[in-house]
Amino acid sequence: LTAYVAGTGEGGPSSSRLFVVRKDQDIYIQTLRKLFNESHGIFIGLQRSEEELAGKSRKAQLVQVSKNYRSVIRACMEDMHQAAILTRDPALHSQYSTQVSILSAMELIWNLCEILFVEAAAAGPLLLRLLDWVRLHVCDVDNMVHEVLSSENPSKHELFWNVVDVFVLQGRMDEARHLLSKEASANPTSVNMYKTLDDLMKKMPVPSLGNTQTLTEMELKWQHWHEECQRYLQDGTFASSSHMESICKILLGDEDAILEKKDLMTTWYHFLVTRLLYSHPTVKPMELRFYAQACMDLFLGGESSPEPLDTILMAAFEFEMHQVIKECSIALSNWWFVAHLTDLLDHCKLLQSHNLYFGSNMREFLLLEYASGLFSHHSLWQLGVDYFDHCPEYGRVYLELHIERIPLNTEQKALKVLRICEQRQMHEQVRSICKIMAMKALRNNRLGSALSWSIRAKDAAFATLISDRFLKDYCESGCFSDLDLIDNLGPSMLLSDRLTFLGKYREFHRLYGEKRFSEAAKLLLMLMTAHIAPCSFWMTLLTDALPLLEQKEVIFSAEQTYELMRCLEDLTAGKSDKQKFQDDDVETMKVEMLRLALARNLARVIVKEGTLEGS
Amino acid sequence: QDNRISIWSVGDLGNVGLNGEYQGDPQLLCDIRHNGDVMDMQFLDQERIVVASSTGTVTVFRHHQNNQTLSANQRWEKAHYHVDQDTSCGGAACTGVICNNPEIVTVGEDGRINLFRADQKDAVRTIDNADSSTLHAVTFLRTTEILTVNSIGQLKIWDLRQQRNEPSQIFSLTGDRVPLHCVDRHPNQQHIVATGGQDGMLSIWDIRQGTMPVSLLNAHEAEMWEVHFHPSNPDHLFTCSEDGSLWHWDTSTDVSEKPSFLHQGGRSTTYFSHNTINQSVVSAWLSNDPTKDRMEITNLIPNQTLSVNSLDILGPCLVYGTDAEAIYVNRQLFA
Repeated sequence: LTAYVAGTGEGGPSSSRLFVVRKDQDIYIQTLRKLFNESHGIFIGLQRSEEELAGKSRKAQLVQVSKNYRSVIRACMEDMHQAAILTRDPALHSQYSTQVSILSAMELIWNLCEILFVEAAAAGPLLLRLLDWVRLHVCDVDNMVHEVLSSENPSKHELFWNVVDVFVLQGRMDEARHLLSKEASANPTSVNMYKTLDDLMKKMPVPSLGNTQTLTEMELKWQHWHEECQRYLQDGTFASSSHMESICKILLGDEDAILEKKDLMTTWYHFLVTRLLYSHPTVKPMELRFYAQACMDLFLGGESSPEPLDTILMAAFEFEMHQVIKECSIALSNWWFVAHLTDLLDHCKLLQSHNLYFGSNMREFLLLEYASGLFSHHSLWQLGVDYFDHCPEYGRVYLELHIERIPLNTEQKALKVLRICEQRQMHEQVRSICKIMAMKALRNNRLGSALSWSIRAKDAAFATLISDRFLKDYCESGCFSDLDLIDNLGPSMLLSDRLTFLGKYREFHRLYGEKRFSEAAKLLLMLMTAHIAPCSFWMTLLTDALPLLEQKEVIFSAEQTYELMRCLEDLTAGKSDKQKFQDDDVETMKVEMLRLALARNLARVIVKEGTLEGS
Repeated sequence: QDNRISIWSVGDLGNVGLNGEYQGDPQLLCDIRHNGDVMDMQFLDQERIVVASSTGTVTVFRHHQNNQTLSANQRWEKAHYHVDQDTSCGGAACTGVICNNPEIVTVGEDGRINLFRADQKDAVRTIDNADSSTLHAVTFLRTTEILTVNSIGQLKIWDLRQQRNEPSQIFSLTGDRVPLHCVDRHPNQQHIVATGGQDGMLSIWDIRQGTMPVSLLNAHEAEMWEVHFHPSNPDHLFTCSEDGSLWHWDTSTDVSEKPSFLHQGGRSTTYFSHNTINQSVVSAWLSNDPTKDRMEITNLIPNQTLSVNSLDILGPCLVYGTDAEAIYVNRQLFA
């Protein structure tokens, strides 16, 4: 969520404020989903990566992670660009185009942070990296370059010298020399001039990436080269060609000469890198801030004020990481960028763990904000779970609160949520979700489903509820619904007493159906005497005993008959006089019939048991 | 929500890179909006696809190959629903669909089984309340018999020729009634059935004998969403799960590894005839001793994160989709 605050008046005693709360739209942009999903994978990989790797290999690993993030941003930019081209709706087109430029800015900033913070390039390689950075990102001139190079006679093209200048400003010496050679062949009179310039450009010392020379060596070489250029310029070697003279001045790092090409450089940071290339190629990281500030002032020249992007880049050059993050948080509409960048910087052990006043550190705060935003999406919430997992202080609490609010419109979604809760031992949530699903199932008359959910949550109370429902159905309809369920309860029968009773009661019916009367009788009696059956059901059980009592063959033994009689007496004794009065005829008749049947059975069985065998 | 059915084309054969890997991502050919989550789908024939929706609707889409478009051909609304519309909390999802042109069988959270015929408006047969719990998946056993699995761990056989609304046979798991989520039948040996459960367990059943599974294999750490025998190489089985892994179960045994005494008799023995080899491989699925006939199990996903929801295989090609909104295609499965 983003909130805008509008204040009225200047600090009156009660200045009223108007809050405009707006839902985060970014997560609903189709093309950004790829960004969220892929970066999630990279994030998880980073959290899981080995911390034991030390020094260079760890740094290389972190740089790779940073590059992965950037390539995801670029891929997204590509998709967004394609979408912008293909759409016919002008509003959408402008939305996509804005997104492309935002993503491009994000990649620019990230790349710079990678060079300065993650890779922490040292003096020497630092310049090379910055040159790459500029070449990659300041590409307004690409069209012009392409136009000139693909024309029939490049050296006659009106933009020819512009392109040469661009190459020189970006330190692309080989390409510049290649173009110049075309001009040289077209202009034989000034061959010597070209040769000299070409030679100078070829000999220009650049910092090396490997260990082939030390900084001091390089500085020395560079000094000599610089002096050589100076001599040629002062000798007037290039006097006859203003273009070549200006190139020579650029090579000498002449500020004014470089500034003249402002339009070709388009940005102050391009100007900065060009200046550094030609005046301080061995610049140290900590010195950047001075040059950066100076260059920005010179370039903007008081005409325009710095934009948010400029402020962010400046903060980076000043190595003010917190400032960078703060400015980005303000400028961008979505927490994605700052959350992932801060996490990476944290892994580089660059952020001091100073706690924010409400207890968590910056990394955690940003991740929590980002992940919370994901949870408002109907399917990206799954990514949010992993982010919460990696927030040690408040992650769990946030997860517990958010996960219960996910709408569960299909069973499969509920199963996924449950699995997440179970894996994290969030028992409260498991119980609560299973109860919701079981209740839904019960209302839809899906008793098997309801039971399945209660089993998952090991919810005995609900299992009892379901069993009561079955028994109620049985009493009303005289037969069991969903026999496939009751017959196959298996060990889950033990979840609740009522469920066990249900299973055993059904077994009684089965035994009766199979004419295994003595077993059925034993079971029936056991149900009452072992108090598995609820008292409310005793009447039904006793009524079920009637046909067994009335059988031709004596089934209940004397012992058992006494037990039955005791049960009946317990049952009727339990009723108060008032209840007995209210009992209708059916009830009293039942009791009477039972008493009669029991007495008759007792009589028969005493005789039978008293009779000696074989006689 | 913007859910879509999409058709993709996966590279052409000429585009093979260094390691025989295919260059280029799958290309989207066409797509069409779909109402509700796609719970299951299957090709009815070369052009038509049957899709099961979480709203309880079953739709048949036609893919027009000449102009690469999709259109809704036929729809059965409310194929699955809960009885009392007032108290029912939303529709009942249709959880599984299986086709045997022109017949289509669907099952759902309402415990209902529907038999449709393509191009016929009404259902040919509906078994209401076929199950008191949710039916998670369905597959054909024979042309007139189907297998269903439900959320109380039962595997049921239904004979569609018979008019009674009872299953002809019920199998259940031993022990806890763990819900079963997927089922598949061996392509050649019709008595061998594999099911996957909520605890990630793979069960192999021989439905000719007994009511309990023949073997239980501890597989995944979370729900197994789909299980598939390879249609032409049935000694290979594939399972995918909520835990983010996709396993390839390989029981194909190498003939030369058999102990030497079996080599006696040369040509006159039938040990090496194709049929017998097939049988001995078949028994690998049914054998209780996985060490006797070696089974190789490989996890095909190196960096697992989110759930693998669905997979399919044909020839050397494996396709699977994950909750990270990604589809993966492996065209060199047996390389």
